[in-house]
Amino acid sequence: MRPRLSLRHAAQRLEGPLLFLRRSVEVGYNEAVEVVGADGAARLGRVSAVDGEVIVVELLEAGSGLNLGETAVRFHGEPLHFGVGPGLLGRVFDGVGRPADGGAPLPVERRLRIDGLPLNPVARATPRDFIETGVSAIDLMNSLVRGQKLPLFSGGGLPHDRIAVAIARHARLRGAGTEDFAIVFAGIGVPHDTAEFFRRSLEESGALARSALFLNLAGDASTQRLLTPRFALTAAEYLAFVEGRHVLAILTDMTAYCEALREVAGARGEVPARKGFPGYMYSDLASLYERAGCVRGRPGTLTQLPILTMPSDDIGHPVPDLSGYITEGQIVLSRALDRAGVWPPIDVLPSLSRLMKDGTGRGYTDADHPALASQLYAAYARAGQARLLASVVGEDGLSDADRRYLDFGRRFERELIHQDAPRSLEDSMRCGWRLLAGLPRSELTRLSDAQIAAYLGGEAS
Amino acid sequence: MSRATITSISGPVLHARCAGAFAVGEALFVGAAGLLGEVVRLHDDFLVAQVYEDTTGLKPGDGVDGSGAPLSVRLGPALLGGIFDGLLRPLGGDDSGADAGLASPFIAPGQRAAPARRFAFTPAVAAGQRLAGGAAFGFVAAARRLCCLVPPGLAGEVVDIAAAGDYPDDAPLCRLRDAGGTVHALAMGQQWPVRQPRPVARRLPTDAPLLTGQRVLDTLFPVALGGKAAIPGGFGTGKTVLLEALVKACSADIIVYLGCGERGNEMAGALEEMAALVDPKSGRPMAERTVIVANTSNMPVAAREASIYCAVTIAEYFRDQGLDVALMADSTSRWAEALREVSGRLGELPGEGGYPAYLGSRLAEFYERAAKVETLAGETGSVTLLGAISPQAGDFSEPVTAHTTRYVRSFWALDAKRAQARFYPAIHPLQSYSEDALAVAGWWGEVHAALPALAVETTEAAGNDWERLRRRVLSLLDEEARLERMARIVGKDALQPRQRLTLLCAEVVGEAFLRQSAFSENDRVCGPQRQALMLRTLGAFLDLAEAAVARGATPEAIAALPVLRRLQRMGEDIREGDPAAFAALAAALQAQLGGLAATEGEHAPAP
Ligand SMILES: Nc1ncnc2c1ncn2[C@@H]1O[C@H](COP(=O)(O)OP(=O)(O)OP(=O)(O)O)[C@@H](O)[C@H]1O
Ligand SMILES: [Mg+2]
Repeated sequence: MRPRLSLRHAAQRLEGPLLFLRRSVEVGYNEAVEVVGADGAARLGRVSAVDGEVIVVELLEAGSGLNLGETAVRFHGEPLHFGVGPGLLGRVFDGVGRPADGGAPLPVERRLRIDGLPLNPVARATPRDFIETGVSAIDLMNSLVRGQKLPLFSGGGLPHDRIAVAIARHARLRGAGTEDFAIVFAGIGVPHDTAEFFRRSLEESGALARSALFLNLAGDASTQRLLTPRFALTAAEYLAFVEGRHVLAILTDMTAYCEALREVAGARGEVPARKGFPGYMYSDLASLYERAGCVRGRPGTLTQLPILTMPSDDIGHPVPDLSGYITEGQIVLSRALDRAGVWPPIDVLPSLSRLMKDGTGRGYTDADHPALASQLYAAYARAGQARLLASVVGEDGLSDADRRYLDFGRRFERELIHQDAPRSLEDSMRCGWRLLAGLPRSELTRLSDAQIAAYLGGEAS
Repeated sequence: MSRATITSISGPVLHARCAGAFAVGEALFVGAAGLLGEVVRLHDDFLVAQVYEDTTGLKPGDGVDGSGAPLSVRLGPALLGGIFDGLLRPLGGDDSGADAGLASPFIAPGQRAAPARRFAFTPAVAAGQRLAGGAAFGFVAAARRLCCLVPPGLAGEVVDIAAAGDYPDDAPLCRLRDAGGTVHALAMGQQWPVRQPRPVARRLPTDAPLLTGQRVLDTLFPVALGGKAAIPGGFGTGKTVLLEALVKACSADIIVYLGCGERGNEMAGALEEMAALVDPKSGRPMAERTVIVANTSNMPVAAREASIYCAVTIAEYFRDQGLDVALMADSTSRWAEALREVSGRLGELPGEGGYPAYLGSRLAEFYERAAKVETLAGETGSVTLLGAISPQAGDFSEPVTAHTTRYVRSFWALDAKRAQARFYPAIHPLQSYSEDALAVAGWWGEVHAALPALAVETTEAAGNDWERLRRRVLSLLDEEARLERMARIVGKDALQPRQRLTLLCAEVVGEAFLRQSAFSENDRVCGPQRQALMLRTLGAFLDLAEAAVARGATPEAIAALPVLRRLQRMGEDIREGDPAAFAALAAALQAQLGGLAATEGEHAPAP
């Protein structure tokens, strides 16, 4: 984009990420700018407020090295855009969409606004295509469908990256190959080794050629983190809705994104809502997460797998809390299971996939899949109660039924949640039926008599 | 109209210098694109406005046009079956309002006028007749027969009226001369300012329930027609699924569904389902009794604030035609957050949780619009308000939940623990309540009285069966909570047989009656008769089980009876309109429980 206007010697104040300029040109709210310092480097920013005298520019890259006297500002005359075109896949970009792999610039076929536009709900198609991830806790218990946004709620030191990679490697429609999926990876404030782990894993599995990576590393400017997912999702939307591909977008770490949001809001002196995070964080996160979906009459889909780390493992913290209110479920990792050596350490009780109901059952997966999952949930929740009781009165103090549930809970974690290799849905279901066989038939009220007869044998009543 | 010039912009809030008179609450058209806005404050010759669309690109110096009228919406027959944004502009492509014949799947800011649609009109009055405000001057055959109303506040003599025929919904059909001699042209639809409640003749006491088809609601925590209910719950506890189940099954004539700051996929799913479902009452597509207002979480925040008023205004418009209307708002928390965001941008002093100090009074105003009324035309209509609340971290002490509890009469608290065990609907029976139970007890008493008694029931001579059984279930659940706490200290084995029986019975009540999957083929809706029969069967079980334990049988022996599984699956297994199946179940209960006697090793409790 050729800058429309430029302004020199107008800088009055620089406070954190905010640059205050004397207004002597016509600029619009939210317009993109480049701020060029004495060092000649251009930093992206945008107009965050404007009145008769002053333009407030929010710097989206590091402001260090800027001084007031020699700073020039170029105005784009439009909000931030990303020029995308064929050849996105197989490339690595920095956090603001500039090639970072030494390769040629991207041929620009379309210039798209990085904020995107809201998708008309009428134009959405209901996501229904079951994605087999190879992970039983997801496929059987919390199924993922194409066009869904399903985050991993994790904590520091938990293997969320490995799980995301395992899903990205295995993800396929049933009976189809994995080539179907293009992968867009947005690293938001992630350490170099995390980014490298993703790149190498994708490379090893041969998936790098169908991936596009956008990397804002931990050492990069924190305010740039507000842009990285937007550039990545703009690319993902182009791949999905223009090129017609099925895209799996992995966004990590959304907590770093939210912290950057808090930093900028703090600099603006805004009244915070909770834990210093701005009151509009819900809407801001929604403007990212809602970019997942399926569009009627277009072949491609955009599935999101955001990863966030819960500060102090607190699911009530604003980042997981607001995310959970927007996304279509969540996969929650557990430190206790991780310590017990269960892989993947997914705690199914707080986990949920809201779109499971649309993509499982007769005509989608297996007619008995929903009932099986529901019964496993009921039994595992009951096992949790038995465990709690046992921790107080001891295992000997338990009734016979409670003891059987206790045993079920153990086996559920070791045999169904834990897995050494990817499983097909059929294998996961077989494992589920096997575990239920250990419980009294009369307790299995979520299964029909026919299901009990078919899978568990014996009389229901 | 007055004009103003923008002096500053920040997010959805702008300041402008006025050249001419503006009023607080006046609707505005901002900039070249004509973005919709509203005046929130005036001082000297400056105005402060909130803009309902993305303000990107607006510059100081851009123009603002006043509309001369408060923020209003067009009410009329074209609403039914449609989907609209938070300012009631159609989102659908063609004139049915629900088709995806759209140029772009994305919504760009700017003007989007509703195209005029044609409907068949029949006059109801003749020239020379006198009409008061709220009276019908004609009928339209839309999805259902609707009235063309004289706007409230207007009255006079009919000058002339169009003959029966097809007309666009904005065409003048009837001319009315008021007392002052001014002639007003009336169309099928009318404009109404959204923040102003539509007037009624008087409010009526509530006496009939809004049937929801959900046992735990209808039987334990009913809401009356004209009542108001809040549904608080953390994420994923089932607010949306519950509201959508009510959209499909509740006994109102018209449903207004407001998706306020929620997911786009949910709106798409609801639309798709509405189109496929048939309303059992009318035999017509369910969509035709529904109006959907959608301001999804990625649509402009300020419009979220207005959307709730648009939705309740639509509800009142249909109420004024003598209909029972239910408004489902998902979620009122997003509306409150929009209020907070705009308030913050206006530089107002924040109150609790950053919300403005007037949060409570705004909520009160909204819920006051729920009522059963006599309309201006003398008909009976009602607006029932059902609002979801999304409390941060699932904590019910936060400001939106806390304020709302003061204004609603039914409180349906969703519980994360139940949701995690996939026990749906996850309504917590001890945290929920209904102040309408008394008002609807008479209605339910009649349902019970009209049913044949089950052979095994120990009927009491006097009293209302519904009230008696309802109280019995509630106190059983209360007792369970107390015993659970005790069992956690001393262990279950240390409890008395009677106490162990209470735990067993509470579990059976949960599985057999409270649990009801919204996705079950057979059980997603439960009609009043089936509900009553299930409740009575349960009552019979409680009696028989207590008698068995009094005779010395153990609760464990009862739990092992094969009939228990049948009892707990009766919702899934017994269809609507099959009282014989309940009679058979009750007989099986009697046969198996009646045969239980003292087991060895257990001593019969002292009488
Ligand atoms: N009555 C029900 N029957 C069956 N399943 C249910 C029921 N209620 C909820 N669920 C399950 O729980 C999931 C979450 O429910 P829902 O989307 O209604 O939550 P919510 O409270 O609206 O969450 P949020 O606040 O995040 O929007 C659903 O996708 C569904 O799988
Ligand atoms: Mg919801």
